[in-house]
Amino acid sequence: MHSVWKTSIRFTIVTTLLLGLAYPLALTAIAHVLFPYQADGSLILKDGKVIGSALLAQSFTSDQYFHPRPSAAGNGYDATNSGGSNLAQSNKKLVDRIQGDIDKLAKANGGKPVPIDLVTTSGSGLDPDITPDAAYYQAARVAAARHLSEDTINKLIAAHTTQRTLGLLGEPRVNVLELNLDLDGLTK
Amino acid sequence: MTINGWLQFAVFSIVLLALVKPLGLYLARVLEGGRTWLDPVLRPFERLIYKLSGVKADQEMNWREYAFALLGFSAVSLLLTYALERLQGAIQWLNPQHLAGVEQALAWNTAASFTTNTNWQSYTPETTMSYLTQMAGLAYHNFTSAAVGIAVAVALIRGVKRTESGTIGNFWVDATRSILYVLLPACVIFALLLIWQGVPQNLHPYTQAATLEAQTQTIAQGPVASQEAIKMLGTNGGGFFNANSAHPFENPTPLTNLLEMLAIFVIPGALTVTLGRLTGSPGHGWAVLAAMFVLFAVGFTTIYWSESQPHPLIHGAVQANTATAPGGNMEGKEVRFGITDSSLFATITTDASCGAVNAMHDSFTPLGGMVVMTNIMLGEVVFGGVGAGLYGVLIFVVVSVFIAGLMVGRTPEYLGKKIEAYDVKMAMLYVLIFPLIILALTAAFVLSPNIGLSALNNAGPHGLSEILYAFTSAVGNNGSAFAGLSANTWWYNVALGFAMLAGRFLMIVPVLALAGNLAQKKSIPPSPGTFPVNTPLFTVLLISVILIMGALTFFPALSLGPILEHLLLHAGQLF
Repeated sequence: MHSVWKTSIRFTIVTTLLLGLAYPLALTAIAHVLFPYQADGSLILKDGKVIGSALLAQSFTSDQYFHPRPSAAGNGYDATNSGGSNLAQSNKKLVDRIQGDIDKLAKANGGKPVPIDLVTTSGSGLDPDITPDAAYYQAARVAAARHLSEDTINKLIAAHTTQRTLGLLGEPRVNVLELNLDLDGLTK
Repeated sequence: MTINGWLQFAVFSIVLLALVKPLGLYLARVLEGGRTWLDPVLRPFERLIYKLSGVKADQEMNWREYAFALLGFSAVSLLLTYALERLQGAIQWLNPQHLAGVEQALAWNTAASFTTNTNWQSYTPETTMSYLTQMAGLAYHNFTSAAVGIAVAVALIRGVKRTESGTIGNFWVDATRSILYVLLPACVIFALLLIWQGVPQNLHPYTQAATLEAQTQTIAQGPVASQEAIKMLGTNGGGFFNANSAHPFENPTPLTNLLEMLAIFVIPGALTVTLGRLTGSPGHGWAVLAAMFVLFAVGFTTIYWSESQPHPLIHGAVQANTATAPGGNMEGKEVRFGITDSSLFATITTDASCGAVNAMHDSFTPLGGMVVMTNIMLGEVVFGGVGAGLYGVLIFVVVSVFIAGLMVGRTPEYLGKKIEAYDVKMAMLYVLIFPLIILALTAAFVLSPNIGLSALNNAGPHGLSEILYAFTSAVGNNGSAFAGLSANTWWYNVALGFAMLAGRFLMIVPVLALAGNLAQKKSIPPSPGTFPVNTPLFTVLLISVILIMGALTFFPALSLGPILEHLLLHAGQLF
């Protein structure tokens, strides 16, 4: 019995050094040699300052920008508090929220039915993407706010649409932050 | 449901089935102590670990010694993680956010959670756990708890295979070889693939970003990829971030999603091939795998169908899928995964004891959520956890041959071993402990407004589902949640902590006892009365036994939760 405890303690220490320290630290070093951009969080710099991560949604509310999906992460798009609403389909709060957002959007868009991803919160609250449908849905608003033709905006959306990986995996999508960055470039 | 969706399911299945055979044969070689192509690199490390730990590698153990070693190691490593959590504020090393020590009940819950391969998380990792705690406490257990699972599985296989033997192997050797020859090398490759796709791996403080609309966004980062890899391969499921594999930093692309799903199933699937190989009955391994695959496909179909349905009470939105938008129930789901990949991931993570999520199960349709929960209730034997899935399904195999024996009126046999009273008792102990703890604790918490119900995020029948899911997930060592439940309270943390330990170790001990008892039996040649365990008939019987046991035990609870919720929702009733 005595030896079981002794072996347990020694085995725990040895494996902790190997799996808990050596493995992640070595991997961090290798990652920074092979994939430094990804290893540091795919950060986007503008004028030397970090404006966000290409992989994470950030808040956009102005008419000039495409809007991401609503977020339940913290008070919205909180990248230190990721998560979904966890509201059940049978929860009145969920139905009221979604229906309220739909009515607002539909009213601003001449009653056009709203793509469902635009009024549902994502699992992470940081979903960087919207569906192409949801991007085109916002094109008229963005075009009007920026005094650009809707056609120009639609072309930009098309250029920013990521298709399914190998034509098969995942879903078609548009990265909102990257789209908005190029939108700013367009107007300058 | 779309053609693309079914194609994605088909591709996943084909790649998985192509991988299980080579990996299963490799596992057999590793666990039998045979030579592998990694020997020149790893053999010296293996010897070094034995030397430093004082392990006598050639010493065989009987089942009691094996169990004591396993329990001793689990206890010591649990305490170390508890200490790390409590002291992280004082240590400060690898703690760039200066996070304080974790409070007692939460630290206990988390240490129990990761030691038992559950990875239930009552906390928000990015604001609670230092990098050191995540690496050396949590990700560490992701390796060792998986290795413990493989060890128990191979011990049980040895019990079936050996004749008139008093021993079932050496726990330290089984654990070490599983880690060194399988988990660690696979994780290095997998983690690099994840980083390439965008998963961060750094030790920086969180990044402050000034967004385009001039707001501040603090971006939590850390050594994510190293933990993500073993989180999936070890069917652990504990997220580096609160949103788990829904977080773009944990699962950035459809490709990482496919790899993560494969990583969950590949070792549990391969172990069925290992079973066939080591017992000299490959057909039996395939028959078990077939049963698993059928249950997996049925579960996926149901969830996929249910999640594709529009919400009956929402109007004015496009809820049907189009060529460029997935439609369906998108609350709690990511656009890059849509309905297909979210449904597939949810099926896989609950079939196995993984518990990672790439969509929020709490927001699933009532029936989708029910199947997710039912997968866990079946005992996580559909592929199941690493090791745990195999020893779990072998318990059901023992029950199946016992029932077959009763039907033909002969002493049941399993691969040449007579299944007698003691064996069936151990198997039934395993089968009964599980629902007993789940239902008793659920009932207790549902009946206490202050302790149980105050934590609910959703009212009505879904509230019952939240509590039922929590204890099912804990005892099943799954770790996924109907995450609206605010489980970070003293009562939930303590109760769930004990539930996880019971669900792990109270079930492992009967398995090892069964292994020990089978090992010392004589082998008898098959007779005309032997029920063959490598036929489609056996597969059907096994599926039936798994379904009947799960359905009979949990159906009343499910009908008061998700089934009632479904009926009321479609009658227009909200809560």
